[in-house]
Amino acid sequence: MSRIEVLEERCKGCLLCAQACPKGVIAQSERINQHGYKVVEAAAEKKEECIGCAFCALVCPDVAIHVYRTPKNVKEEETGHAG
Amino acid sequence: MYQEELVFGHPASMTDHYMHYCPGCHHGVAHRILAELLDEMGLADQAIAVSSIGCSVFLYDYYKVDCVEAPHGRAPAAATGVKRARPDNFVFTYQGDGDLASIGMAEIMHCANRGERVSTVFVNNTVYGMTGGQMAPTTMLGQKTTTCPGGRCQEREGSPIRMTELLSQLGGVAYAARVAVNNVKNVKKAKEAMRKAFQAQLEDRGFGFVEILAACPTNWKMTPIEANERIASELIPYFPLGVFKDVSQEEAC
Amino acid sequence: MPDSSPARIFIKGNEAIALGALNAGLKCYFGYPITPQNEIPEYLSKELVDRGGQFVQAESELAAASMLLGATAAGVRAMTSSSSPGISLKQEAISYMAGSELPAVIVNMARGGPGLGDIGPSQGDYFQAVKGGGHGDYKLLVLAPGTCQEAYDLTIKAFDLAFKYRNPVMILGDAILGQMKESVSPWEPAQPDPDEGASWRLTGAKGRKHRILRSLLLEEGVLAAHNRHLQQKYKEMAQEILIELFEVDDADLVVVGYGSIGRIAKSAVRKLRKEGLKVGLARPVTLFPFPAQALRDLAVQGKRFLTIEQNLGQMVEDVRLSIRGVADSDQFSVYPGDLPSPEEFEDPIRNSLGG
Repeated sequence: MSRIEVLEERCKGCLLCAQACPKGVIAQSERINQHGYKVVEAAAEKKEECIGCAFCALVCPDVAIHVYRTPKNVKEEETGHAG
Repeated sequence: MYQEELVFGHPASMTDHYMHYCPGCHHGVAHRILAELLDEMGLADQAIAVSSIGCSVFLYDYYKVDCVEAPHGRAPAAATGVKRARPDNFVFTYQGDGDLASIGMAEIMHCANRGERVSTVFVNNTVYGMTGGQMAPTTMLGQKTTTCPGGRCQEREGSPIRMTELLSQLGGVAYAARVAVNNVKNVKKAKEAMRKAFQAQLEDRGFGFVEILAACPTNWKMTPIEANERIASELIPYFPLGVFKDVSQEEAC
Repeated sequence: MPDSSPARIFIKGNEAIALGALNAGLKCYFGYPITPQNEIPEYLSKELVDRGGQFVQAESELAAASMLLGATAAGVRAMTSSSSPGISLKQEAISYMAGSELPAVIVNMARGGPGLGDIGPSQGDYFQAVKGGGHGDYKLLVLAPGTCQEAYDLTIKAFDLAFKYRNPVMILGDAILGQMKESVSPWEPAQPDPDEGASWRLTGAKGRKHRILRSLLLEEGVLAAHNRHLQQKYKEMAQEILIELFEVDDADLVVVGYGSIGRIAKSAVRKLRKEGLKVGLARPVTLFPFPAQALRDLAVQGKRFLTIEQNLGQMVEDVRLSIRGVADSDQFSVYPGDLPSPEEFEDPIRNSLGG
């Protein structure tokens, strides 16, 4: 599976990532960071759908999103264990 | 246990300094692309940046590269001085539209015309951001700013200046392109254009220039998403994207 | 030092400055044409390039000064030259270079003003040179040669001082000095240390932390601390003071004049001495730091002063500040636009001596 990590202290809640996400995984959270911005998150009910395309990170103006992918062969071997 | 890998992280040549830009400002995207290229092209430890005046004045906070701050508009002149003194270093300027196309018009034209082996990233967001949203040389006709509150009027203030078209007429320019970073496709193209502008310097072909159409949601009084849409609907029709000049090795002077 | 080389050449003051810069290790020159200093860029456009340096005729004085900022940030010996109206344009980058502590050398072969003025000699830029010139509180080291030999010598010194203090240095001459031809002994100075500026210059961040050279200091307290540091540096420059004293020991009146005017005043003093008048000359060679103590020492001895300048009274203010509470200075102006001669200084000197 793939996932994103939102660096909440860098996020300014502009939502350009949410618009770019082809799977609609990203949404505004209810959390407000130390700068006063309502940060984004991978919504709990959608995060499994992340395909690791990194479109969100590519359009993020604040280098606030890291993207992780699990290589395919590893993924297949570990499917049973992966959360 | 599965082994995941980081496929998109923080560029090594970028500091982890929190960026001072407003939400949705495209300076951050332009900064990151530039940093990725410094890393990919192995330039970070030989680069000397020349920062300008405007919203990007704090450029030096965001890169782990040597940097000198130039007076308003003079970055291409300062870069000329740096490059002439240190021809083996990679020298770039990063300038906004007020800096480059208004107060620094003479410096950019002559730096380009001399074919200085430097690269310029020009961020055009059609407004003076740092000083609070005044009219820029690239402000669109009809666009309201704090110094053209009724909207820019051609009879009074002239038309927005197309810098890439102007510069591509000059002999010393090896590469000139206009790009945008308003969607994933354009971000990828922007990065490739910037790479080519840098290569023009590295291959001693001449001056390299990339204009980036950028959003300024705060001074456009729009949400970041609306500002992105304005780039596609209003800016790109007037400021067409594309490569305006690409001089190959054989043609270089 | 001038004796180390027996060869003497007959050159203009402008050429002496250009040759001095070359022999001091000049690597980059940036300029824009303006009379009466054009021999400097014309000379360097060939000679500097022949020695492997970089010569750029800039699009404007604004650009030339910012090119100088870039080259000095890279830590090489670099110079620009101009004349009064052009120097006004260069003030933008000069202020930035002072704020960023860059070792630039700037030559002003001054001409008459205000505005476009004329192309004749003038000392109307004294205030601009010694009080900063651009915006903000800063000082340049200002050297005022009076002869072509001194123009050569002081240009070499200018580069050493610029790097010693990490501060812009101005050579303040005028149309007389620039256009006059004299015999000059072009002695060879030691080559600059290749490591000069190694602790701050920009070379790319290979193997070290990246460096930033800037004058924008917004963080709380940082600008104030920087200004304290600069002021301390300006105080330390006092050790560089140079002044020529001529026949002052028994003088009742000391004529104070710098540059070409100081030299012309010397002729007048010499002539009046032959007539038995007890007059002497003090010719500041560094205008900043100003030789205040040397003048004050003369004032304490009971001497009177007459400041002669080719302006409407500028250096006289520094002379008066130097001797305040002890003595005062009379003032005689040669107006920019007029050509001065020793004869016209004689009556003012007699008047001050008699007074």
